[in-house]
Amino acid sequence: MAFILVYSFYENVDLAVDRVTFQFGNWQEVMTDGYYHTAIWKTLRLSVIVTVLAAILGYIPAYFIAMTKFRDKWLLLLLLILPFWISFIIRTLSWIHIFGNQGALNGLFRLLGLTDAPLSLMYNEFTVIIGFIHVFLPYMILNIYVSLEGIDENLEPAARTLGATPWQAFREVTLPLSMPGLAAGCLLVFVLTGGSYVTPLILGGPGDFLFGNLIYDAVVSELNWPMGATLSFTLLFLLGLVVVLYSRLMGLNQLSKAFR
Amino acid sequence: MRVWSLLKTYTVMVYIFMFAPILVVLLLAFNSSQFGGFPIEGFSLRWFVKLYENDAITRAFRTSLMLGALTAIISTTLGILAALALVRYEFRGKDLITTFLITPVLVPETVLAVGLLIFLRWLHMPRSFGLLLLGHSIIALPFVVLVVQARLTGIRRDYEEAAQSLGASPLQTFFQVTFPLMLPAVFAGALFAFTISFDNITATVFWRPSGMETVPTQIFGMLRNSVSPEINALGFVMICITVGVPLLAGMLARYFSRKKI
Repeated sequence: MAFILVYSFYENVDLAVDRVTFQFGNWQEVMTDGYYHTAIWKTLRLSVIVTVLAAILGYIPAYFIAMTKFRDKWLLLLLLILPFWISFIIRTLSWIHIFGNQGALNGLFRLLGLTDAPLSLMYNEFTVIIGFIHVFLPYMILNIYVSLEGIDENLEPAARTLGATPWQAFREVTLPLSMPGLAAGCLLVFVLTGGSYVTPLILGGPGDFLFGNLIYDAVVSELNWPMGATLSFTLLFLLGLVVVLYSRLMGLNQLSKAFR
Repeated sequence: MRVWSLLKTYTVMVYIFMFAPILVVLLLAFNSSQFGGFPIEGFSLRWFVKLYENDAITRAFRTSLMLGALTAIISTTLGILAALALVRYEFRGKDLITTFLITPVLVPETVLAVGLLIFLRWLHMPRSFGLLLLGHSIIALPFVVLVVQARLTGIRRDYEEAAQSLGASPLQTFFQVTFPLMLPAVFAGALFAFTISFDNITATVFWRPSGMETVPTQIFGMLRNSVSPEINALGFVMICITVGVPLLAGMLARYFSRKKI
């Protein structure tokens, strides 16, 4: 990581040619150019949206799997792990088949005679968010499930016998006890979303770029390595800041527990 | 109970959300239409034939398989050693090393990719297959360590001590007692590493030498135009490999362990 920092002070002279110097040009550009600020803001916003939605979508299935007396519970768990084995890029591009011009939704609309020309539902922020949630949801559910599974199952009935309504029992006993898992899941999803660039490239339009896309552009397209280094360090710093603030709030021990 | 069935419905919906798009890909792989989308016009295997005849894709496939296998070997070997050291021995700086092994999980892959790339550039080494291998091994290592470590903690030391008191050397003890006991975890870790390498795109795009493609980067490149039916067929094959192999391995392991008892 130190190399990234050192490299960020170099100057990009020409395509793929760097001069060894010590200058703040790259840093100044990142600090002052509005384009980069927009990217940071977009990344932050999108990561928060994805994290919150994934938490809402993921908590109930995790609760269900943990609490169910269903005989074939292992099947539910297996299905939860299965997406990890399926190629990320296949899972991402599969949404083109749902929202694309020749996708399932447009096919359905045509079949029902609702539209003549295909509606363009793809390549916007919405599909990027859907793509992210689709890929990262299993992380969230698994994390919540692990901490729910660790709760003594007699606690909720105990609360009930003491006169709590089911909702009260859940809100005041189960939910607080499952917080570590929820927190770890949120952090994981947030960091993973903040650092990615492939999903917006596949599912997003030209305006849907994340900070990772800038790094991709700088290094892969423009071969401007020092700028890429500067941007990488900025991303690492920003995400690191979030992690530190977050773990101050939640307690880091809880997080490392989730990885065990 | 009404609440419970509501929860159930919700869970089923989430599962549908997770799997419906993937099923669509699997389905469309057999579509005879020349566009990679709806409507479905008929059943055909011709896209699989096309896939097999496509040189670029078969080359990418070979690269990916090779890379995945080597990554699995390297990261599993290193992972076993690291896990052994962390579980069986006490030494100074152990916590630090644990943190060090786990951090790559939390560092965004994009940043990790640029970091390693710049490090190699500083050494004046060009991008190569070796860089890809090194990078993939770094990414996979934490997961392997976690899997093996979990298993190793569960193996009681008594067995090793018993073997040693019966005159086995430390190496003999490892290969004849510890290693067989942790074999399931070693397999699981190796499979994990293989799939991680086989699926990786984020970092691979940065690391691959020009002209070399792995399956995911090949798909990524093909996506620039549109979703061709070939991509669906390729998706079908990839899912079969990355899902089918671990499932089969798991079922075989179950079958054999049941037979023994």
